Amino acid sequence: MAGSGATPPETGASPYDVGALRADFPALDQRVHGRPLVYLDNASTTLKPRAVVEAVRRAFERECANVHRGSHALSAAATELYEGARAKARDFLGAEREREIVFVRGTTEAINLVAQSYGRSSVGPGDEVLVTELEHHSNFVPWKMLCDERGAALRVLPAGEGGELRLDLLPGLLGPTTRVVAVSHVSNALGTVNPVAAIARLAHEAGAVVVVDGAQAAAHGPVDVRALGCDFYAFSAHKAYGPTGAGVLYGREALLERMPPWQGGGDMVLSVSEAKVRYRELPYKFEAGTPNVAGAFGLAAALDYLGGVGPARVAAHEAALLERATRALSALPNVRLFAAPARRAPVVSFEVEGVHPHDVATVLDREGVALRGGHHCAQPLMRRLGVAATCRASFALYNTFDEVDALAAAIGVVTEAFGCRSTKG
Amino acid sequence: MPLDEGLKSLYNALILEHDRRPRNEGPLEGATHEASEDNPLCGDEITVRLSAPAGAVDAARFEGRGCALSRASASLMTEALAGKGLAEALALADAFEASLEGRAPAPSAGLEAFAGVRDFPSRVGCATLAWRALRGAIGGGGPAPGR
Repeated sequence: MAGSGATPPETGASPYDVGALRADFPALDQRVHGRPLVYLDNASTTLKPRAVVEAVRRAFERECANVHRGSHALSAAATELYEGARAKARDFLGAEREREIVFVRGTTEAINLVAQSYGRSSVGPGDEVLVTELEHHSNFVPWKMLCDERGAALRVLPAGEGGELRLDLLPGLLGPTTRVVAVSHVSNALGTVNPVAAIARLAHEAGAVVVVDGAQAAAHGPVDVRALGCDFYAFSAHKAYGPTGAGVLYGREALLERMPPWQGGGDMVLSVSEAKVRYRELPYKFEAGTPNVAGAFGLAAALDYLGGVGPARVAAHEAALLERATRALSALPNVRLFAAPARRAPVVSFEVEGVHPHDVATVLDREGVALRGGHHCAQPLMRRLGVAATCRASFALYNTFDEVDALAAAIGVVTEAFGCRSTKG
Repeated sequence: MPLDEGLKSLYNALILEHDRRPRNEGPLEGATHEASEDNPLCGDEITVRLSAPAGAVDAARFEGRGCALSRASASLMTEALAGKGLAEALALADAFEASLEGRAPAPSAGLEAFAGVRDFPSRVGCATLAWRALRGAIGGGGPAPGR
């Protein structure tokens, strides 16, 4: 249970020594409300390994210069590291060329970039944009804003009871006026891994471009944008062991080439006069102003770290955590799990019957267990589930089986505080 | 295992009882004042309706969904409003909010039940949700802490 002292590393069941790996994460080594921290809010943001912290520090302590500008040594070194991060991001995404990798502030900014640059130039009155019911507001609101501005219609692909998209309804929602299909790779609220490749095939047949919100996928290993067949793919460093304020937009070169710049400013131009501005080549056309240099260093370190642990081993460990969590939570008489998608990231959404998720999260916090009680910025999905909010436990490569057990034990404290309000019989 | 003292105080018997069996929950026929308020953190929404044709609250009811704190607070609020003039109702909201910030004692014995919220700053917005709706319904008063 959460109050029983430091979590001992377990051996055997995990493909790597989780206990040793936990030492890489300084933030794990703390107590909250007098209890060891059990951090299960990884879908919000992951904790950062020391290598990432060091890489960010390095950007301020050593290569502390602006990129792409100076003729001095520090600027050259910073530029090399910054562009090195771009190459790592390209490899991580399986993209062909570095010019297809745009550094942004995060997934939200990436999607807004696509909506405002590609969207404004390609979506007009009478056109349609298709999103899904599983989307985070970040892949919903920018499209709603675009549709409202351009006189286009927003369509929504529903999710079924099991938390999976209703692929059977997709052909009926696609048509000659569909310009964009925006879908998450992994649902942030339920963990559903969406069949992006199948969706992209149908969308392309209808002539639409496919924008993928990869925020919840990146922490679980490399992505292959070419196998997915998507036109755009976005992720945030901070949900994949990197720093906040840094993220990546992949875009197919042919599309990025013909898109107008999004933000104007320094570094994105070749020449400026009153009569004419000439823009730089890709990807710099989309990177106005001084970028988040430290963030890029941190992102590179995070991708290196994830690669070092090994995506296959991470996936095996996380699958074991998910399995144990679903088993432990289902065994509790007053806990109901939402959705059981077949392909799933290590995310469990649940409710403690008769107790509001916000109250559950407050009690769990006092037990040292950090998770999210809320609508997870996915209100269309919450409406489908018939709730205002859920409790969400989301796991990462450093979580242990003991922490899963601590979660289950802490739910016992919720039951104690509120009494058992189960209707499960 | 023993319950944390802070939690015991936050989820005390009165709050749990009003969460489970809230008073004055449901629609109100012939309401003269009405407003809804939501908590963007969790998607909760509460609607407060008053019947105050002569300037004093004859009936106050609430509807919506929320956590234990927002429901209990709405329930206790509707009880405390009975018979109050609208200016008095706003003064009560001020006094309640002041008590949550530790600036004043609770305005009534029932509302004293929320003293424990002071130790949970992220939950103050839950305790004040119905009261913000009340301000909206009456259409007066300054901004409430909307955390």
